[in-house]
Order: sequence, then structure tokens, then C-alpha cells
Amino acid sequence: MTALKQKPARDTEEPKGISPMTPSGIEVPRVVTAGMVARGAPEQPGEFPFTRGIFPDGFRGRAWTMRQYSGFGTAEESNERYQFLLREGQTGLSVALDLPTQCGYDPTDPMARSEIGKVGVSLSNLSEMEILFDGIDLTKISTSFTINGTAALIYAMYVACAERRGIDPGLLTGTIQNDILKEYVARGTWIFPVRPSMRLTADSILYANRTTPRFNPISIAGAHMRDAGCNAVEEMAYTLSNGIAYVDELLRRGGDVEKFAKRLSFFFYVHMDLFEEVAKFRAGRRIWAELMQARYGVSDPKAQMFRFGVVCGGSSLVAPQPQNNIVRVAIETLAAVLAGAQSIFTCAYDEAFQIPTESSAEIALRTQQIVALESGVARTVDALGGSHYLEWLTDETERRIRAQMDEVEAYGGAVKAIEDGWLQMRLAQRAHERKRQIDSGAFPVVGLNVFRKAEETRGAVEVFRIDPKASRRIVEKYEAVMDRRDAAVVARALDRLGAAAAQDAENLMPYLVECCHAYATVGEMVARLKGCWGEFQEPIRL
Amino acid sequence: MSDTIETPVISAPPLRGKRILVAKPGLDGHDIGAKVIALALRDAGAEVIYTGLRKSPGFIARVAVDEDVDAVGLSILSGSHKELVADAIAALADQGASNIPVFVGGTIPEEDVAMLLALGVTAVFTADMKLDDVVAAVAERLAERLAERQA
Repeated sequence: MTALKQKPARDTEEPKGISPMTPSGIEVPRVVTAGMVARGAPEQPGEFPFTRGIFPDGFRGRAWTMRQYSGFGTAEESNERYQFLLREGQTGLSVALDLPTQCGYDPTDPMARSEIGKVGVSLSNLSEMEILFDGIDLTKISTSFTINGTAALIYAMYVACAERRGIDPGLLTGTIQNDILKEYVARGTWIFPVRPSMRLTADSILYANRTTPRFNPISIAGAHMRDAGCNAVEEMAYTLSNGIAYVDELLRRGGDVEKFAKRLSFFFYVHMDLFEEVAKFRAGRRIWAELMQARYGVSDPKAQMFRFGVVCGGSSLVAPQPQNNIVRVAIETLAAVLAGAQSIFTCAYDEAFQIPTESSAEIALRTQQIVALESGVARTVDALGGSHYLEWLTDETERRIRAQMDEVEAYGGAVKAIEDGWLQMRLAQRAHERKRQIDSGAFPVVGLNVFRKAEETRGAVEVFRIDPKASRRIVEKYEAVMDRRDAAVVARALDRLGAAAAQDAENLMPYLVECCHAYATVGEMVARLKGCWGEFQEPIRL
Repeated sequence: MSDTIETPVISAPPLRGKRILVAKPGLDGHDIGAKVIALALRDAGAEVIYTGLRKSPGFIARVAVDEDVDAVGLSILSGSHKELVADAIAALADQGASNIPVFVGGTIPEEDVAMLLALGVTAVFTADMKLDDVVAAVAERLAERLAERQA
């Protein structure tokens, strides 16, 4: 404590010492002893309910996937970046898409004008995806697409891309985020009303189970809700509640839970409270497995397993004194590994305010490699398991997550809570509280509200700028494809899609794949579906 | 924080009687910052109108005029602030409402702040600012405007 109070030159505020409260508001005892641990984790790793991990041999059998998020501007530029990352030892690709692609607008749409290629690559039609993966063996890499509102379309495009190259889609591995529920709550790339969106999601999952059995067709994400301001307990609770909603919809559409549940995966943020983060994932694994068994009667252990990927960084990174973020990401990576994450993405230190540069992206990847190969924390499964504190915190976190899930259930479930804007309102209020805590210093962030130096309020950093000509090139390529394709084939494929959308019994995926083969655009497919389903009307509740 | 108990000063909320439009132009879906600001402005006494996501600059300008607001806050985190702010300011001018001050918040690199101010933005706020400081800055600028008009 004395060390904390040493006052460096120009810090703005005195830190308030170490709080007994975790960021989720759990009051932690001064010391935790064996007698205080109610349940603990008696089972072995790989045994139900998987508190200690889903694999008996942890990372010895299989290391986590090091997956970095990238993709910007044109497909050609992104392809170049991918080739670089693969050469550097990255084992999976992660594709970021620009907002027009995410929201279903073609590059020529007036709504797209100022956003083309800005936060990711523009993939308006199959031709762009062919450029994006040029020279990359689709059977050798696993590709993760951060796509939601138009996830089924982009997934259809990936399948079509493989088919064009004569690759059996059954060999494809990767993930589409495809979690529309959290888009309404925190990320905002919704297009259609909630219920038809749920159908589209379920269709893509059921189709993927049959056609691309090694591909994860959904990554149910708490990350964005966490980033928006909710705490670790709420992040897990709302995500599991959304998971229940997807399982219910998949069952409604005739899915076999023993099959589809094996391909559900989850996605979270790891923030700075190391033990709380590890406890969150251990509790999540336990709750999901018990839920699948008790509520849905699932008996296959593989269908009870809670698999998850994480991002280390996000809103826990701050702009002042940006190099401090390297340390934060390292601690969060440690937490992710100690929690047994299946894949880890590490944010670059400058990501709080910019698309990472090549050098900051490299440090982010090196951070994972250092934790994997030098720190030794991955040597044994669930290295922290059995710690009185961690086991106590896992039990306490579990209890609180279940209470929050009960509240969503009492409201009428996740779909209703989101349609009504209730969850959105909860999140906004929580974000406001969190911001007040940061402002007051109650939630300390070094360099931001404690030990802030007056002369470096904003970091002086390398800034990556997108080539302004990129958006013009994207529009030109788009127009060339429009001229080249067979308009009659496109029209027929779109008509068939529209007709299928009107029939609830139809799975839409084969129709979307057909549209992609015809070089129909994302904007055209979305327009057809909107014509049938309408658009989501955002409930404004503050 | 002081330990001495001071006589509480009852002062009016700094934005009482003000109507403020908080808007999200463009496709950026990160609306939490906008909502947090809306809640902070409301706590400070303002009547806040929030547009929701994906509104065109023209729509935002129209709402600003129809609702007779005292200020417009634009929240942009996608990096498209230059185009969207320029469009919003032009749209306000088209509606004869260039007198309505425009505030901008979001992920704005420091070197872009001067450019936004040159476009006619009254102030630019970033995520690391305290909410009370944002509220105080808005209140101060609105008071200056009022003083200018009365002079």
C-alpha cells in the first residue's frame, strides 16, 4: 500500500488504495480459507460440468488459436496483411468487415458513402471474397468473420468461394460471429426485426451442421455488452440468456440439440481483474453444461461443453499513456489462458483509438507467444484450480450470474427483453454508472484517472490512415462486377430467395449460396429480405 | 475530497430548460457513448432527444429544427467524422439553423480536432473526459451563445 501512495511527479489524483470490491461488485474477504469454499471444483478437467476445463489435457493436447483481427480498405490490401500475419506464425485469420457490408448496403448506396472500407474490408459480392483469399489455402486456415446482421450472407459467400475453387465445403474451418441478439443491445448492426433475424441465424446454424461440420456457425458474444459497460457477471449472464434463446429457436426450427449444441461457441472480453475473469469463465462452463443437461436433456458431453474465444483489451485499454496497454493485454492474456480459452485475440496497444499499425499488431501477437512459450502457465490444466480464493469466487460468480439470468427469464426471455429495449436500457444505465465510477476514481485506471500526467493527456502514436483512393477503387470494382454478371441469373436467384423468405418452413441458406454464385450483392439480398420482413424499429428507452 | 462538512449550496442544474438532440449519424452502431452522454445531460437538467442509430445528417438537421433544440451532439466512432460532421453542418445550414451549436464526441484523433472546429463545431469531446466536464463545457458554450445573442 505504501508503494501505491508514492507520488510521482505530476499525477492528478491520489489513488484510493486497494478496494475489497471486484468490478462486478463482489466483496472479497481479506483472506479465503478452505472452509469458506461451498462447492469448489471436485471434478477433473474434461469432466462434467467442466469447471476446470473442457479438455482433460488442457493446452498440452491442443494450444489455443492465436487469432488477430484485421482487414481494412480493399480486399487486395487485406489479402496482403493476411499473408504477412500467416508468415509471422498466426494460426487463424480474423476478418473485419466494413460497416456497409455489416449493415447490408452496397458501396454505391448513399448510406455507405463515407464508410466504405473504413473499419474493415468491403465484401459486397463473391468477387471481392475471391480476391481476399487469393493464394490462401482455405482448407489449411481457420477463418473467423466478425459479421452479424449479414452473417448468413457472408457465410454463404464463403461456401460459394470454396465451391468455386473445387473445395469441398466440408473441409472449411472457422467461425462466423452470427450473434444478432447482442447487436440489438450493444453493437448496432441489426437489419431485420428480432424474430426473422433469429430464423436466419437458426437456418445458417442448421445448414452449417450439415454442410460445413467443422465450421462454427455462431459465436454467442458477451464481449460487446461488456465493452459497452456491463460487468463480468452481467456479461456472462446476458450471453448465456441469449444462448438459451438461440437453442429455443433452433429447436423450434427442428434442430437436434445433441447435434447443434456441439457447434455453439461463445465469445467474451477479458478485462483486468484476473481472478474475477478466470472465475467468470469457470462459472460459465459449469452453468452452461448444467443447463444443457437439466433443461434440454443433452447427454453427449461434447454438446454440453462451453467453448469460448476471447479478446484481451477492448475498453480496458485507454488512450492516455498508450504503451501501458501492452501490460494490460499481457495480464488479460494470462487470465484467458488460466481460464482455458480456446482462442485468444490480443488487442494492439493503440487500438483504443485507431486501427493498429503493423508494429503494434506484432507486439499484440508476441504477447500471446510470450505467455504461451515463456510464462509456463499453460503447462498444467487449470493451474489456479484449488486456490481457495478462486474456488470461492467461482461459486459466488456462478450464484450471481444465475440470479441475473433468472431476471431475464422473468421478463420473458432474451428475445422479448431485446424487442422491448429493456436490456438496452439496462446496459446504458450500467455504462453511465461505470463512467461515473471512472470519473470519480472509484474504479482506478492508471494513466487515466490516477497517475495521469498533465502533459500527455493523449498519446503520441503512429496512426494508420486508410488510402482515400481505396473507396473509389471499391466502387469501380463493384460496377465492373455489375456489368460482367448475368443479370437474368441474378434476378432468378433473388426471386427464389424472396419466395423462400416468405415460407417459414424453408431453410434460406441454399438460396443465399445460389445468389452468391450468381454474384448477387449483399445489398440486393438484404433488400429482398427486407421486402419480406421489414426493418427493426429501434425502441428508444433511456 | 475534503473531510470538512460544507454548507451545501443549492444550485440550479446547469442545463435546466435546455433541449439537446443527441444523434448517431452514419452506420456506426456503437451507441453506448451517445446514451451515456444523453443520461448525463438529462441528469444536468436538459431535456434530451436521442435519435437512435443510423440517421442521415439531413434527418438529424430536420429533427433539430422541428424540436427547436438548443444544441446538437453528434457521436461518431467509426472514423468517418470528417464527412459526417461536414454533412450535418451543411444540412443545418440548409434548414436555416446554422445558429444551433454542434458538439462532437467519439473516437476523434487529436490532429482532427482543429479540422472539426474549422468546420464550425463548437467543441469536441473524447471518451477520456469526465462527464461533469462535458456537461460544464456544454453549459458554458450555451451560456456564451445566449450572451452573444442578447448583446
